[in-house]
Amino acid sequence: MLYLILEQALNGLQYGLMLFLLAAGLTLVFGIMDLINLAHGSLYMIGAFLTAAFFQALQSFFPALLLAILATAAIGVILERLLYRRLQGMNHLSQVLATFALILIANETIKIIFGAQPLMIGMPASLSGAVELVADELYYPAYRLLIIGVGLTVALGLYLLVNRTRVGMWMRAGASNPQMAAVMGVRIKPMFTFVFALGAALCALAGALLGPLLAVSVGMGESILIPAFEVIVIGGIGSMRGALVGALLVGMIDTVGRLVLTFGLKLVVASGTAATLGPTLASMMVSLLMVGVLFFRPQGLFPARG
Amino acid sequence: MIRKTCLALACASFGLASGAYAADSIKVGMMTTLSGPGAGLGIDIRDGFNLAVKHLGGKLGGVPAEVIVADDAQNPETAKQITERFIKRDKVDVATGVVFSNIMLAVGPAFFGSETFYISANAGPSQYAGAECNPYFFNVAWQNDNLHEAMGKHVQDKAYRKVVLLAPNYPAGKDALAGFKRFYKGEVAEEIYTKLGQLDYAAEIAQVRAAGADALYIFLPGGMGINFVKQYAQSGMTKKTPLFAPGFSGDEDVVKAVGPAMEGVFNTSHWYREMDNPANQRFVADFQKDFGRLPTLYASQGYDAALLIDAAVKAAGGKVADKAAFRKALETVKAPSTRGDYRFGNNHYPVQAYYLREVVKQADGSVSNRYVGKVMDGHADAYAKDCRM
Repeated sequence: MLYLILEQALNGLQYGLMLFLLAAGLTLVFGIMDLINLAHGSLYMIGAFLTAAFFQALQSFFPALLLAILATAAIGVILERLLYRRLQGMNHLSQVLATFALILIANETIKIIFGAQPLMIGMPASLSGAVELVADELYYPAYRLLIIGVGLTVALGLYLLVNRTRVGMWMRAGASNPQMAAVMGVRIKPMFTFVFALGAALCALAGALLGPLLAVSVGMGESILIPAFEVIVIGGIGSMRGALVGALLVGMIDTVGRLVLTFGLKLVVASGTAATLGPTLASMMVSLLMVGVLFFRPQGLFPARG
Repeated sequence: MIRKTCLALACASFGLASGAYAADSIKVGMMTTLSGPGAGLGIDIRDGFNLAVKHLGGKLGGVPAEVIVADDAQNPETAKQITERFIKRDKVDVATGVVFSNIMLAVGPAFFGSETFYISANAGPSQYAGAECNPYFFNVAWQNDNLHEAMGKHVQDKAYRKVVLLAPNYPAGKDALAGFKRFYKGEVAEEIYTKLGQLDYAAEIAQVRAAGADALYIFLPGGMGINFVKQYAQSGMTKKTPLFAPGFSGDEDVVKAVGPAMEGVFNTSHWYREMDNPANQRFVADFQKDFGRLPTLYASQGYDAALLIDAAVKAAGGKVADKAAFRKALETVKAPSTRGDYRFGNNHYPVQAYYLREVVKQADGSVSNRYVGKVMDGHADAYAKDCRM
């Protein structure tokens, strides 16, 4: 039982870190540019598809991943210059409508180029097995360990970027009071472009890493968008620390909750009922947490704007 | 008043008249899942159906066939809208194609209410096999439980005594595990239900590992199964707890996506590729030629649905609009099929044999299914006795 919980904790950590990659970009764009970007998930999908395409061309995973990240960041820059810059300052409803349209455009474009069937990205052969963490008791897929490693590295890198560099200082200033930051001489526009490209690159990284594990398919961005929004609402909009804590909370609750709830329910009701009821309740848990946070701390756990 | 009556009479006689003559064309509404994680299934059903229509010279039962294809995107709301369109605007004679049982249950009432024949090439919910059976519903594939019942019997026969069961939390998922347990009498260590459409199974695999069972049975259609089997192989569990599956999760689409890790997975189906009958040999050869991939059981079901419609239209003398005659023809006609002989039970679900297949390495180094043996013969479903029609 101990090892089962340990393994689930690793699973929760892995899922949470992937959510963090998505939520980090979302929260920066929302917090700093005051822009609701529903199409954030589409960048994740584009990143995954580009990885699949580059992988088919190169037959090698890591170069494909790097190229996809660069290409998605470039798409982010173009989108920011052409579209998001104009959306800034409009009301949130217009932004929601415009970026929702972008989701439909992205899905159809991908469908035209790659077809409607899911694509597969091969996993590096050296990572496709399981690692023995505790002799005979705890095995864990090597590839998922890599994801955890990359996720933690990126989290640390983002923390240093936001809290220890000049660019990070501008970003924090822009998030808490954009007008004041502009008056103090922060060049807001290039910073916005940078923030948006960074968000897109993080999306592509998440998409590329999850590609070999899941399937790369049209519409994959929408299913991940809801938990990503839950994460930033829980963590506090615009806050990097909030995104990390929120993502890990959501990841753990989703993964461990499925197991613990079913197990707990079995003590109370018939096991067939518990098997059905447990997963249903578990998928509600994250929403309940979000409701709780909104009720007691409407600004989120780590609000960026004091 | 008199004018109204005359009009009604005229309409009625027109209706009768058009019923009495052979139709000049037959319209088939093919609504299936062509996008999202379940897309592969719908694409195979569509391609199999169209291949049969091509083999029949673009005709069904000797009359020119028009097949209208629509994508339900695995979304019941979208499916309902397409159904409305099929019935009201396109006025289809026959509908087919739905992959998922939750969608079938959502659109069934509209088809039955409008007296449109529905020939299911996949979804076989228990509801429509039992108390809610309907004169307008025919299933040319199987009842949802059947493939699982066959695997339950196989696992029982092979004396596995402790299994873990895993399925998505939706009607066909529950039917599946009920079917397995109907024939498996050993201990069920754990029964795990997942979200429909779930793609990451790390949490479930950890549970399977912890349960320490000697076999795992899964029912996860489409992309769900592909992801699960891939992740299961990566977790290094395949040797410790062997994997058993219905044909859905052990067919060529999954094998192609997962690769060599699939080797050794046993699965049950009502059809296998090597089957020795003229319809099947033509189907397998031409499917590979036309589409450049091995056919799946879904493709065979699509093909068989078209062959059934063809035979029934012929038997009814081309009179599709004469509902009673067409129904009689569907119920009694002996249609050729890729799986050999089958017949309909009183609930319009097939009574047929089920076989065991194993994913093995072929001579050219690739992996694909091989026929192992027959598990059940002339098997009907458990719900037929509740059907009154």
